Amino acid sequence: MTRTSDLSELQSIARTVRRDIIEMIGAAKSGHPGGSLSAVEILVTLYFDVMKHDPANPTWPQRDRFILSKGHAAPVLYSVMAETGYTPKDQLNTLRRIGSIYQGHPDRRFIPALEASTGSLGVGLSLGLGMAEAAKLDKSPSRTYVVLGDGEIQEGQIWEAAMYAGFHKVDNIVAILDNNRIQLDGWVKDIMAIEPLAEKWAAFGWHVIEVDGHDIVALQAAFAEAEATKGKPSILIAHTVKGKGVSFMENNPKYHGVAPTKEEVELALKEIG
Amino acid sequence: MAAKYELKLGAATREAFGKALVELGKADENVVVCDADLSKSTFTHLFGKEFPNRFFSCGIAEANMVSIGAGLASSGKVAFVASFSAFVLNKGFEQLRVNVAYSGVPLKVVGTHSGISIGEDGPSQMSVEDISLACSLAGFTVISPADEVAMFSLVKQAAYHPGAVFIRAGRVKVPVIYGPEQKFEIGKGIQLTEGTDLTFISTGLMVAECLKAAAALEAEGISARVIDLHTIKPIDREIIAKAAAETGCIVVAEEHLVDSGLGVRLAQVVAETHPCVMEFHGINNTYAESGLPEEVLEKYKMTAADVADTARKALARKKG
Repeated sequence: MTRTSDLSELQSIARTVRRDIIEMIGAAKSGHPGGSLSAVEILVTLYFDVMKHDPANPTWPQRDRFILSKGHAAPVLYSVMAETGYTPKDQLNTLRRIGSIYQGHPDRRFIPALEASTGSLGVGLSLGLGMAEAAKLDKSPSRTYVVLGDGEIQEGQIWEAAMYAGFHKVDNIVAILDNNRIQLDGWVKDIMAIEPLAEKWAAFGWHVIEVDGHDIVALQAAFAEAEATKGKPSILIAHTVKGKGVSFMENNPKYHGVAPTKEEVELALKEIG
Repeated sequence: MAAKYELKLGAATREAFGKALVELGKADENVVVCDADLSKSTFTHLFGKEFPNRFFSCGIAEANMVSIGAGLASSGKVAFVASFSAFVLNKGFEQLRVNVAYSGVPLKVVGTHSGISIGEDGPSQMSVEDISLACSLAGFTVISPADEVAMFSLVKQAAYHPGAVFIRAGRVKVPVIYGPEQKFEIGKGIQLTEGTDLTFISTGLMVAECLKAAAALEAEGISARVIDLHTIKPIDREIIAKAAAETGCIVVAEEHLVDSGLGVRLAQVVAETHPCVMEFHGINNTYAESGLPEEVLEKYKMTAADVADTARKALARKKG
């Protein structure tokens, strides 16, 4: 796989990933484009720069772990896994088809390199804590990264996990909150407001880093700050735009879970470039 | 036949579980245990005291505990999570389904204080649906030992058994059925007595009641076979089919809701192999109440005398 810290290279990869997402969901005629597009820079920065992992050796015990707790954003994960060499790129457009390894939500039975089967919201952070605790027992440098949706943190288990991580000082886990402000039924602030975010997580004992979730340099710095933070877990509150990169999808609740039409796919790909 | 069992009161199965954990922990530093503020009741405190760095106190948050256990097991640990059955299965069910069963993670889940024999604490802490819930998790192995000997052996086996396992333990001291040399094999029931007229098939603390019932029936000239089905899933089809074919009459007894526990699973096997007269003895579509364990068990008909009554009813049907 290509590892790089170079901004223009990472930006170029992000463009490819955005194209993959649109093409996959367009071909599947169903899926979740909005929350996939909002997490592109987060996953690209993690998979191509920050995380220590080896697609040629997916069971390497000291690898960093990644959990997409907001499993409905599967297309962005599938794209980065394909682009890094874990899975075949030429099958991406079989997303959601019967027998495809690219299931509607991430499924370890089809892609063993996945750390977790996700899709039911609220459980990924706790699962990551188990992996982080195992790494500590093994004195392994492995770190665990968990991407959460902002709507997802309405789930109570997230706060059980938040309390555990703060109390037990699990400093080898990093949560990344994809704060794109929209959930299925509409704007988060209208469904079940979650603010104030930074204060909530800080109150649970977390080191909170607010970051522009589309600014790769800022994300790199935030992940470095998280790694340097000892004695408490870190969370990146990544301010993002749902549907980022496709003008008609941006900030539009409709594209939480609706696939673009054939014409919209053309338009979107033109915009992404 | 059944009279040969002395059935002296032994330890609670939860205590045998706690002791087995310590032994496992001594032999293998990969063994880890999670508990949700009930360690003194589940007996995981024995492990926690011995191996504090491998004991994860999760607070009163069972859902989080199950997922953390799944994460530990995913990372190669021999991981146990324990709480009361009522809490770990009901509050942790979603996590057991998604993070454990569906994800193919070999977590070991132990529910103590199962059934209604917990007594004084009452129905909110009782568990009359755990067999049903655990069996509904695809790929799970479900074990329900009848005494301390069975529990100690089966916990140690379960630790290294492939896949996820649920083990049902109880609060109260129960009679000892097995000698120290008894061998247990996950998935294989144990025939405790010979018998030709009917077969009791049971699990957990009701096995001893069935043995007592069999002894009482023997005095009436009725020959009752008793089988301990310590593994409920996968179910031992062979021993069930043989009992159905040879005795033509099966009485199932369980400390669980009768319409969703061992009996219905057993009936499926009987229907598919040797259909015969069956009666089902369990908790009937209700929740029990507070009281001394023995009072609760008596009021809700979980005694040898009640089981014997059900057996007489079954035999009357068999004779037609």
